[in-house]
Amino acid sequence: MGLLDLFRRTPPSAHVAKERLRIIIQQERDRRGGGSPDYMPLLRRELLEVIRKYVNVDPAAVQINVEREDGQEILEFSVALPEKAR
Amino acid sequence: MTEIIVVTSGKGGVGKTTTSASLSCGLARRGKKVAVIDFDIGLRNLDLIMGCERRVVYDFVNVIQGECTLKQALIKDKRLETLFVLAASQTRDKDALTSEGVRRVFDELVADGFDYIVCDSPAGIEKGAHLAMYFADRAVVVVNPEVSSVRDSDRILGLLSSKTKRAENGGDKVREHLLLTRYSPKRVATGEMMSVGDVKEILGLDVVGVVPESADVLAASNAGTPVILNDGSDVSQAYQDAVSRLLGETVPLRFVDEPKKGFFARVFGG
Repeated sequence: MGLLDLFRRTPPSAHVAKERLRIIIQQERDRRGGGSPDYMPLLRRELLEVIRKYVNVDPAAVQINVEREDGQEILEFSVALPEKAR
Repeated sequence: MTEIIVVTSGKGGVGKTTTSASLSCGLARRGKKVAVIDFDIGLRNLDLIMGCERRVVYDFVNVIQGECTLKQALIKDKRLETLFVLAASQTRDKDALTSEGVRRVFDELVADGFDYIVCDSPAGIEKGAHLAMYFADRAVVVVNPEVSSVRDSDRILGLLSSKTKRAENGGDKVREHLLLTRYSPKRVATGEMMSVGDVKEILGLDVVGVVPESADVLAASNAGTPVILNDGSDVSQAYQDAVSRLLGETVPLRFVDEPKKGFFARVFGG
């Protein structure tokens, strides 16, 4: 690292890698571990259809997760709206 | 008691064979009787890394198909008294390997008083990889601190907890360990590479070893000498530490931090 590099900071890519992995691995574990109920893919598809009646969202913008905490199950659902939704 | 260890990863080229060779040598050096078996049918390579490629007469599939005895096929290492290599077959198709055949070979090794059977798994999640892990008591999951390798190893963890004999019997699980290879403390320090802690957290495994990136690995494979035998090198010491941990000893992690640079080196580059 030279003098110039001290002033030229880019966000560390390792952090990005970790976040991406955290999400995809959680999803894949849920999918295979019987972690998520088997209606999940259908629920995801139908929700997507409903949302698309109103907003044209990308399928990848819809995230559904079942999380377990202290014996409670939480269905987490998030949709990232496109910049010009209307 | 014989312990069966599978060295696995999902992804290819992360260092399974290098790791299998070095862990086997390390265990043998500690006085254990070890058989290391190449499960990569069709793509034999362990023999090259172990440096015994010219001494392969019979292989794993020959034994399974009853064309020779296990004793004839086991290649005794020239450096270590208690280490034996069982090569993979190069010519036959993968279906030559059967679960029943593998079990028979393992039973015979157990009866012969082997302390460890180390199974060098092929890449992928096909039959060879499945059979390599099926009878395992422990698994060493070899991972590069890189996204595709980490994701593939998580697939392997899923298989270890569902498609192994221990999983089917519902008893104790296969004990899983993380072994990171090609680790660069320098790049971790600059945020370009995920750290041991990151990978450990994502996969939820205990760390059995961290092997630094080093030119010594290629030099060792060129020479056919498992890199653990190159005693002066960092890689060798990292593998020796991993062997100690497999044997239940507590050893601090080495080679995970970058040596501190002085002020001038930092400002003017070094």
